Parts: sequence; C-alpha cells; structure tokens
Amino acid sequence: MENSDLTKSAEERATILKASHVNKFFLEPVKFQVLKDISFEVKKGEFLSIVGKSGCGKSTLLYILSTMDTSYDGTLEMNGRKLTGRSQNELAAFRNEHLGFVFQFHFLLPEFTALQNVMLPGLKLGKYSAKQVEERAYEKLRMVDMEEHALKPSMKLSGGQQQRVAIARALINDPTIVMGDEPTGNLDKANSDMVFDIFREISHNNGQTIITVTHDPDFAAGGDRIIEMSDGYIISHGHESKIQ
Amino acid sequence: MKLRISYNIAKTHLLTKKKQTLVAMLGVTFGIAMFIVMISFMQGVNQFLEDSALDASPHVRIYKQLTSDRPSLIETLNPDGFNIIHHQKPKNEPARIKNGLIIARHIEQQPEVLGVSPQVSTQVFFNTGAVPIPGTLAGVDVAREEKLYRLSQRMKSGSIEALRSNANGVILGRLLARKLNLKAGDKVNVTSSTGGTALLRVVGVFSFGIQTVDDARGYVNTAKVQELIQKDANYITDLHIKMKDPLRAIDFGKELARQYDYKVEDWATANQAILAGEQIRGVMTFVISFTLLVVAGFGIYNIMNMNVMNKIKDIAILKATGFDGKDVVAIFMIQSVIIGLLGALLGVLIGFSLSYLLSITPFASGDFLAIDTFPVMFNPLHYALGVIFGVITTLLAGYFPSRKAARIDPVEILRG
Repeated sequence: MENSDLTKSAEERATILKASHVNKFFLEPVKFQVLKDISFEVKKGEFLSIVGKSGCGKSTLLYILSTMDTSYDGTLEMNGRKLTGRSQNELAAFRNEHLGFVFQFHFLLPEFTALQNVMLPGLKLGKYSAKQVEERAYEKLRMVDMEEHALKPSMKLSGGQQQRVAIARALINDPTIVMGDEPTGNLDKANSDMVFDIFREISHNNGQTIITVTHDPDFAAGGDRIIEMSDGYIISHGHESKIQ
Repeated sequence: MKLRISYNIAKTHLLTKKKQTLVAMLGVTFGIAMFIVMISFMQGVNQFLEDSALDASPHVRIYKQLTSDRPSLIETLNPDGFNIIHHQKPKNEPARIKNGLIIARHIEQQPEVLGVSPQVSTQVFFNTGAVPIPGTLAGVDVAREEKLYRLSQRMKSGSIEALRSNANGVILGRLLARKLNLKAGDKVNVTSSTGGTALLRVVGVFSFGIQTVDDARGYVNTAKVQELIQKDANYITDLHIKMKDPLRAIDFGKELARQYDYKVEDWATANQAILAGEQIRGVMTFVISFTLLVVAGFGIYNIMNMNVMNKIKDIAILKATGFDGKDVVAIFMIQSVIIGLLGALLGVLIGFSLSYLLSITPFASGDFLAIDTFPVMFNPLHYALGVIFGVITTLLAGYFPSRKAARIDPVEILRG
C-alpha cells in the first residue's frame, strides 16, 4: 500500500476494495482485450467515480467489481478477503450482504410494490425479521423521499421515482459498497441532484463506499476521486480532493 | 425463510398473470381429468367382466375330458419304436368322475374352499312343438348351487325352493325360456342324446347376465338327470369349486390336478378371452394416459419457458441483489408445483364428475351383458395416481425452464 501515491492523506482509512492486475478479454465476435492490467484501491467511505468514453471498459470493470462477472484474470479483494475464484452462490450471498446496486434503467420488479422491491434483498439476507425489514425499508424510502409511494406498484412510478426506490433497495442491507452504473444517466437535473445528495450523504455520514460509472461530469466532480479510463487502461487515478 | 421469499415472488408472478396461469393449469386439469375418466372406465369394464365371469363360473372345475390325446396302446407297449398313429378316436367311456361325491366331500374340507357342487350335466333337446332346441341340463343339488352362485338372487321368476320340492322341476335360463316361449308353471319335454325323455315343469327362470349361460342352461335335480341318461345315483360329471379367494384358485387347481386324474380347469384358463381383453385395455389406458400427461407437460413447459423469458430482467436483478441460482430455481419450481397441484386437484374434481356422469349414462347392451349403465370404478387410488402424475409432470416440465433461469448471466442482461 505504500507504493500507491493516493494513500498519502488517508492513512487512517482502511482499504475496502483492491483490484490487482485485472485483465479481461471479450471472445466474441473477435478476441479483444477490454481491460488491461487494471490495479487500484478504494478506501472505506470514499465516493469514487469512474469516467471515460464509451467502450473504454469502465462498465466492464464495474461488473467485475460487482462480482457478477467472474471471467477475468487477476484478483479482487474486499476487506482483505479474496473474491476471485469463489462459487456463484457464495458470491450471491456476498453481494446480498455487502453490495448495493443502482442501474441506469432502474430495474425494479414491476409486479411488486415499491416497498416489496426494497424489502426483497433484506428478506433474502434474513438478518432481521420480516417486520424489522419492513421498518427498515420504510426508513430507507423516507431517506429517498418515497415513503408516501411505498405501497404503489413499482410500474406505476415515474422514472425518477423508480430510481430513488432502486437506491433505497440498494441500501436496505447497509452494504459496505454501493455501485452505480450510470445511476443518473436517465434522469433530469432535479432527480440527478437528489441521487447525488443521497450518495454523498451515505458516503460521508455512514462511511459507505460509493463506486459509480458515469458520463455526467458534474456528478463525477462532486465525488471524492475520479478514475479516468481510456482503451482499457486507467490513465488517471485522480486525487482525493475532499476528504472530510 | 428462504423458501418463503421464493414462494412470495412465485405467488406474485402467478397472480399478476392470471390468464396465463389459468391456461397452464387447464392443461394439467384436462390431462388429469381424462386420465381419471379413462382409467375409471377401463377398470370398471375390467372389473365388471371379471366379476360376471367369476360369479357365473366356478373358480375351479373338475371334469373328465373324453377327447384327451391319450397315449395309444401301441405307444405304451413299444415306447421306443417308430409308431405312426393316424386319426385316433377317443375311447368309449362314460364322462363320469369316479367317486365324485367322495372327492367333493374331501375337497370341501379344505379350509380355503368356499363350497363344492357336484353336477351331472348332459346335452339335451328341448322340444317345443315340432322343433328341438339344443341346450344343457345341469343336475345339481340346489342348496350347494345356491352357496356357490347365489342362484336365488338371479331368479327372474319362480324360486329355487320350488325346484327342491318338485322332482320334475326345471329352472331355465332367461333367453332359453324366451326362445321356448315358456313361463313358470308350463311344461316342457326334453330328449337326451342317449334317447331318454322326460316331461319337466318350469318352476323358475334365472339370468346370470351372460349370454352363453342364459341361452342354453337349465337346472334340474341331480336325480332327474341321472334318471334321464339312465345312470346310477353316484354318477357325477362335474365338480364346481368356489374358493374363498378367487386368486388362490390357480394354485389350488394345480394341486388338484396332481391329486386326481381328471381335467382341472381354473377360471383364468376358462376366461382367457376376458383376461386378454383386460390386458389390451390396460395397455391402451396406459398409452393414452401417458400421451395426455405428456401433452399437458409440454404445455406447462412452454408456458414456463415463456415465463422465464419474460422475467429475464427480473431474474438478473434478483441475482444482482444477492439471490442465488437455487432461489431462482425455487421461484419457478414453486410456480410449476402450484400450477400442477391446483390443476391436478381441479382435474380430479372434473374427472370425478365426468366419471359419475358416465356411470349413470344408460347403456343398452342387449342380451349380451346384464348391465344398464356404463361400468365405472371409483377407486381413490386412481385419483391419487392422477394427482401424483400431475405433480410429477409439472415438476419435470418446470425443472428445465427453471434451470435455464438459474443459469442466466445477470451481466449480459443488466448491461443491455
């Protein structure tokens, strides 16, 4: 860790996520190296944005970090535990407990109410009783200002509302890391600002780590650090600008 | 706890697509209902035919076979020689069972035997006006015959007591009586094949519901037949044996065949046509039921497959939020099981209703069988089988789409 130049002002903070020498190939339609020797670390409570042009590999990197994509070379560690090479079921349980996701196209289960959508990962975790999970879900919905829509079917909500419910769902198990794939990509300015405020709040107040892939320069600039990618390389690890 | 979430998701999926669920369910329902109707009807027919055959015929019959291919004299004397015997005739010997009454008493003492009825039967002509009509006269002890065949319950008119009290009485089969235009109280003249004649009074008419019996047989007292064919009181041609358990008849018959040098025939041999028919119906039932269930299974498979394709995004998101392959399999398997169980239960209800309707549908079988409606068997086992088959079919039909769902790679779907 001493070899990294970005730890200089953050020694007191633990490394939460570490990727070492990650290489990734796409085999279809022709063999193509999409990630080239990616190594970086993320600190606890850091609000990190990954930016770059379309096709630079940033989404691919995010899905590797998310543990959903397991076909890569190199190693991935979280909290010092190696994630590379674990079984799909182990990784699913890991995601359930430690990771939260927000996608560009909200991806709520359309048949369920907003509340049920938020509760599902909590019920799956099984750490709390159904009653407690429901209380927690209301708490998270209140946080994203969606409490009054809790019992509406999610397909009846607007795009911005759905995205806020998706954020509440990502937070239900108090994950160590929240990952976003263009979380504001589909939203208007007001909703984007709201998403940004929520992310900032949870990273700075709860110490939860945020990793988002984004095209929105304002959104990226508001975070703690920006990693810039191009053609499968990290061309800038950025600087931790706003440590509080 | 884990299954409970999967169950809730499955329930929500089923309830939001009610029409699709119903269609999938009806596939199973129809298959099971038809399966139950088929098997109830076929088993009903089998049971009916078997019962009527078992009721009206002895479980084991002992008689003397006159046309047996006995070894010729030259073969017994010169067993290693090159003998050619052409067109051998049966020996001239009476069809009697020697010591028949003693044998009967002996067999009757066996614990598994319900009763033995020694009989003298002979071919006769019933003379109606100038026309002789062939038939069989069975000389019986009425009390024993009653014990074996519940003859009193088969009387259309008259009574068996009348036969006992009237030495010249005869009870005729229903069709024979109709052919001869005779009613209880009328007189009929019979001629035996050996030339004896007797004037008998009709004291009753019976019906077994089996054409070959009702059309030819008349019951008289043993002594009357013995008199007609000029034999002594020990002359017995047949021993009819009823077992307590008809299935024991085959083994028991083999045992008797070892003990006595007479032809022993069990009911299964005597009713091979019925048993062969039973087997054919059994195979048919199996093939058709199997086809119905396979068709229903493919229906469910298609719908579940479609369901998985429609829910591919939901599956990806569930996996992203930490649901593993097993949870996804459970979600879709639970849907299949619910469809299968509800469909099967509905199928059982419909199958029962249809079977019941069939069992009260009038069916004119003519004189061939004593039956007014279609024979249908109501056996809880068939209904249980229907439900089990239905659930197994849906489990299989649901398994493959579920497995496919479990294998979905969330990255591909989420990246769009």
